Amino acid sequence: MSSDQVMRDMMANLPVPEFESTPWASPPRLAEATVAIVTSAGLHRADQDRFDGRGDVSYRMLDRGDRELILGHWSSNFDRAAYVSDHNVVYPIDRLEELAAAGTIGAVAPRHVAFAGNQPDTVSEVRLDTGPAAAAELRADGVDVAILTPV
Amino acid sequence: MCALAHVLEEAGIATVVLASMRAVAERMNVPRVLYCEFPLGRPLGMPDNAKFQHGVLAAAFELLDASSGPVLVDYPEVVEAVETPLACALLPRYDPDVAPSVDEAHGLRAAYDRAVARRGATEVGRAIDADGVAEALADLERVAAGEHWKEVYGPRLDTIAIAHDIRAYYQEAALELVGGPPPGARQAEAWFYEQTEAGKTLAAARDALTEQEAPSGITFYMQPVGR
Repeated sequence: MSSDQVMRDMMANLPVPEFESTPWASPPRLAEATVAIVTSAGLHRADQDRFDGRGDVSYRMLDRGDRELILGHWSSNFDRAAYVSDHNVVYPIDRLEELAAAGTIGAVAPRHVAFAGNQPDTVSEVRLDTGPAAAAELRADGVDVAILTPV
Repeated sequence: MCALAHVLEEAGIATVVLASMRAVAERMNVPRVLYCEFPLGRPLGMPDNAKFQHGVLAAAFELLDASSGPVLVDYPEVVEAVETPLACALLPRYDPDVAPSVDEAHGLRAAYDRAVARRGATEVGRAIDADGVAEALADLERVAAGEHWKEVYGPRLDTIAIAHDIRAYYQEAALELVGGPPPGARQAEAWFYEQTEAGKTLAAARDALTEQEAPSGITFYMQPVGR
């Protein structure tokens, strides 16, 4: 069995936070929408603080022009070789730029967000504190749509 | 990721999760999920393949047309990991006076430096930098040989971060040596754990740490699950 399947089977049975309802935001037409990337890959610039080893609930804001970001999520259970070759496989910022240039999306957000992938099981801080704070920063930038990428 | 989708959506931002764990996404009432059965670490599926990545994004954006949720759609293409080791030959022994892993780490340094210069970034640096890799391997050799970890490291065991840095150093050097298109997922991992002296040392040190009843939260993450 592949390592990925082992991980999927392991995660399938872990308890997850319960959400009884499904919130729903209605975006503008895609061609008018400002789009951001939100990733749990723990990306950060070299001049930003690293994410802690365990259960880090903080986030980093990434500027639209940032490249050569460090993949800060520390888990040993995912492939890193692809990201080293092409950041777009985790953080498709160049693809968004192409879609904006083509008029498919309205705009690329001026800032994007990275969290760490290893969160405390309750994810209570992300739900109540740092998550809403990051969302407010994106809203202040006029973001309508977010693409969420885990590793 | 799925919890963040709830938070963003509550704040008025429409989200699409490119989920890698279908069973998790199913249980979390997430507004819009595109389940992508791709190797973990590659949520857009394929590196250096803009066409494929655009296909994934187009499918994700299509979910924004739904009028209510939750919506969970499977991306039709599956990408499998490749578990055969990367074809990266290792150098012959150079310095017989040091452990094979230490000798090997020294030998990879030039390739690692070229990789960092080309990319302008490195994943090495959680606990040690490139200058510390050989010494970190020498420490792991001591643990593997039976010394108690507290003798080697003191009270705080940080071998997850050390293992991360050693593996990143090796993988970045190997990708530079091999060149060409990026390998399949898990090929660099397989090369590191199955073919390098450092990978063998790490495995032996982890076994020794487990026997010494070092914290299991540390030893568990020194290697990928299934190894």
